[in-house]
Amino acid sequence: MTVTSFDEIAAPAPKTGALPERPTKSYYQRNDGFIVGTVSAIVAIVFWEIMWQAGFIDPLFFSGPSATLARLYRGLWTTGDMIPHIIFSAQNFAVGFTCAAIVAIPLGIALGWYRTPRMILDPFITVLYSTPRIVFVPLFVMWFGLGFLSKMVIVFLSAFFPILLNVMAGVRTTDDQLLGAAKSFCATQGDLFRTIVLPATVPFIIVGLRQGLAHGLIGVVVGEFFAGSKGIGYLIGQAGTTFATDLLFACVIVIAVAGLGISAILQRVEQHFQSWRPAQS
Amino acid sequence: MSVTTATDTAAADRAAAGTSSQARLTARHVSKAFWVEGEQDPTIALQNVSLTIDEGEFVCIVGPSGCGKTTFLNLVAGLLPYDEGSIEISGKRVNGPGRDRAVVFQQSRLLPWRTTFDNVLYGMQLHRRFSEAEMQKRAQDYIDLVGLHGSERRHPAQLSGGMQQRVNLARALATDPEILLMDEPFAALDAQTREFMQAELLRIWQEAGKTVMFVTHQIDEAIFLADRVFVFGTRPGRLRAEFEVPFERPRRLSIKRSPEFLALTDQIWSLIEEEASRAGFMQPAPAESRS
Repeated sequence: MTVTSFDEIAAPAPKTGALPERPTKSYYQRNDGFIVGTVSAIVAIVFWEIMWQAGFIDPLFFSGPSATLARLYRGLWTTGDMIPHIIFSAQNFAVGFTCAAIVAIPLGIALGWYRTPRMILDPFITVLYSTPRIVFVPLFVMWFGLGFLSKMVIVFLSAFFPILLNVMAGVRTTDDQLLGAAKSFCATQGDLFRTIVLPATVPFIIVGLRQGLAHGLIGVVVGEFFAGSKGIGYLIGQAGTTFATDLLFACVIVIAVAGLGISAILQRVEQHFQSWRPAQS
Repeated sequence: MSVTTATDTAAADRAAAGTSSQARLTARHVSKAFWVEGEQDPTIALQNVSLTIDEGEFVCIVGPSGCGKTTFLNLVAGLLPYDEGSIEISGKRVNGPGRDRAVVFQQSRLLPWRTTFDNVLYGMQLHRRFSEAEMQKRAQDYIDLVGLHGSERRHPAQLSGGMQQRVNLARALATDPEILLMDEPFAALDAQTREFMQAELLRIWQEAGKTVMFVTHQIDEAIFLADRVFVFGTRPGRLRAEFEVPFERPRRLSIKRSPEFLALTDQIWSLIEEEASRAGFMQPAPAESRS
């Protein structure tokens, strides 16, 4: 048979019998990654607790899950001795990270879009990014003292470069084909920027914020570690020098939960902006 | 509320396009050269190309790779400056992109974060010519015209290649251009979808009544679609020949197997083969071995 007209191609297919049923997946099949991961973590913690209860772990150098949780409960609730340190660190982090995002995102977009300022600032960015920011801590203590300001500046500097570099990369990797198509429709520079560059850079901004977050958390702990008498980093240092392993572990949990929490929020934001992407399995 | 159909908007655009007998596109002695990194002399992409396209006409440009057909389209679109000669659209000299032209690209180049509907709006938003209400209505009408009704809220990743090109076409048509420039729009599609889209394009063209300049490397596609076929030669890129296509409209895909169609295909193929072998792209084949 030869197809001689467009109508024949478009003719409806003849009715067939029953369609095969949609294959069903069990709860485990749909969530295998999460379930296996959770079980693996629980097994490790249980094993750790057994070792701890059996007395195989020297409390001078290591702590157990129950002792850590007990210390955490005490620190956050009964005596609340960890609370002021957590609030101090959270403030340092919040102010430093927010300032870094507010400065780095627009600056990254501008440096990604305009060549000349990028060429001018490139050597400074490269040098500062390649240098571990910790080396500046003594300098900042000298300039800004032992208190809030020097800590905030360290967080700022730690979070700043990951955000800046990711945003710059996002702007510079904008699809030229899309820009060309927009130009063919008489797009102005402002149009290109608003309708293509900015939306295309959103995923890079989120990645930058997540990396900046990780670096910022390091910054806040290290800054307090080095100098000062307050904050979660200071508390870790104190716990270490006094062999208070349960307090040390409790502090680690606080920092880990903070990191996971902010990361989860950013993931939500990312999903909100990425709803147009095809679903990933 | 007035009840108008997609066909009505297309018909209104068609009527408003005017009936002046003046040529829609006039290219006179157009030349373009590129400097290629590491080469002594500039590459002459186009040399002394002169052609005209009439109001409402469907014209195809075919030629081997490197003949400058896409360069010519980019010059007409205003995306590249030309070195010599002149290009005029309805008597106005081309000097950069303009609202009188719209390009349908080979890759659909849709914004991946916008839905079908918002992608069709995009060209009009950039043109800033229609009111918000008009843009909404035109977008819907042209989505209906290209057969995408029901896919308005889908994103490009959820559309097939053929559907993406329908969006691409609707985006261009909705801006109501005086001339539609199509750059191998079906080249990335599979053979069946391509044939299907060719038939669809003729249907849409007849409803929208636009002047079309269509660049392709496929001879049968060019003959099936066009009123006239321009054959470009290579090294340097230039206009080699012009063929009138005698088939009546509306055309069905079956004409592709008629003897007249095959004879015309063969004639154009000989010319292109000569050009391609002259440029060293292929060994000249003995005439009887051609299919």
